[in-house]
Amino acid sequence: MKMCIAILGRVESVESPFAIVDFSGAKKKVRIDLLEDVKPRDYVLVHVGFAIQKIDEEEAKKIEEMLAEIIGQ
Amino acid sequence: MIPVEKVRTGIKEVSVKIKKEMKGEGEIRIMHLCGTHEDTITRYNIRSLLPENLKLLSGPGCPVCIIPDVDLQMIFHLIQNTNIIFTTFGDMARVPFEGKSLFYYMSKGYDIRIVYSVFDAIEITTQTDKPVVHFGIGFETTIPSTALAVLDGVENFYIFSSHRFFIPAMGHLLSLGETKINGFINPGHVSTIVGVKAYEPIKKKYKLPQVIAGFEPYDVILAVYHLVKAIKKGESALLNEYTRAVKYEGNLKAQRVMNDVFDRDDWEWRGLGVVPASGGVIRKKYEEYDAMKVFEDIFEDFEPKEDIRKRACRCGEVLRGLISPLDCPLFLKGCTPKDPVGPCMVSFEGTCNIWAKYGGYRI
Ligand code: SF4
Repeated sequence: MKMCIAILGRVESVESPFAIVDFSGAKKKVRIDLLEDVKPRDYVLVHVGFAIQKIDEEEAKKIEEMLAEIIGQ
Repeated sequence: MIPVEKVRTGIKEVSVKIKKEMKGEGEIRIMHLCGTHEDTITRYNIRSLLPENLKLLSGPGCPVCIIPDVDLQMIFHLIQNTNIIFTTFGDMARVPFEGKSLFYYMSKGYDIRIVYSVFDAIEITTQTDKPVVHFGIGFETTIPSTALAVLDGVENFYIFSSHRFFIPAMGHLLSLGETKINGFINPGHVSTIVGVKAYEPIKKKYKLPQVIAGFEPYDVILAVYHLVKAIKKGESALLNEYTRAVKYEGNLKAQRVMNDVFDRDDWEWRGLGVVPASGGVIRKKYEEYDAMKVFEDIFEDFEPKEDIRKRACRCGEVLRGLISPLDCPLFLKGCTPKDPVGPCMVSFEGTCNIWAKYGGYRI
């Protein structure tokens, strides 16, 4: 059990306050009531059995731009 | 996700940029504040990509490591003097006090169970009449989950809170003034909860650049690059590199739950002493779930002691970024992951454990 580790998973189905989350194949029941409005296909960070934040895919793509920008400077 | 090749060249090129920026500069010291960052840094040997005059220090970001011995002694005292089921996260179960850990007590027949989530602990209450006491540990990332468990209002279920709020520790460490720190890599997962805004007071008071970073190697190297630039310019920047998970306001719902259930008190940390307003105390209105209150009588004759076996352990200095594990004479001699002396060697997020696991670094 790693304390501050949170792992990324994809929401499969929602049955409030739980969701089934897929962690690259391993499925787990996770509490989602620390977040608003969790939907299937959302990417969530899960820590000690709780989804603590949604991952913004658009923002994730920006890292690439950021790297490119620095390299290009 | 970004293609691996692109990431690899990206990291290399950013490190070249960092080296260029650092040429002819004095020493710059950047501290990260999360065990998972140390894991990324050591696993991918990121320190080897940085120039000699740039130091990447590890700070008090391991929630297991910073819990002082007195908390451990209290739970051992509780277990020995009551007939309870005690639940804990696995890491914590191996931390020794006077050579004995929760695993030791488990082997002596005490009912101690390792859980992954506080809800596994709640599940246990449905199968027993015995009180179930859960060891609440962790920073802001974990506190909201414990708070939700309290709000569920489960009978016969109690929390022994060793939770600590991390943000006050940052200011406290700086106020000690012992460790020279030029910039912080802020903890990504704590930040998902508290948001960027939580670091504004540190920015204002200490004028120190901070970058909130994710846990991939490219996140860390980008954070270092931004920090070096800000430090050189003398800017008190507060940047968010981990925008895919961290919002300015953080997770407001989690903050509400956390603040509803927990108050803040001045609590001791291993290595840092008493950190003002850092202790996660269960508020009076929820005291029926607070093991400290419910089992008050048990603690009447409790006396904290010093663990003489830990006298040589320098975990406290490791947590303040004053020394590296290599400076501890016990590192990989008297103290190994299999037979740890201090918590920094026990926890997967402890710097000594991580260095022992991956080897080959320099600070
Ligand atoms: S190597 Fe062991 S004894 Fe030394 S500081 Fe780390 S945990 Fe303590």
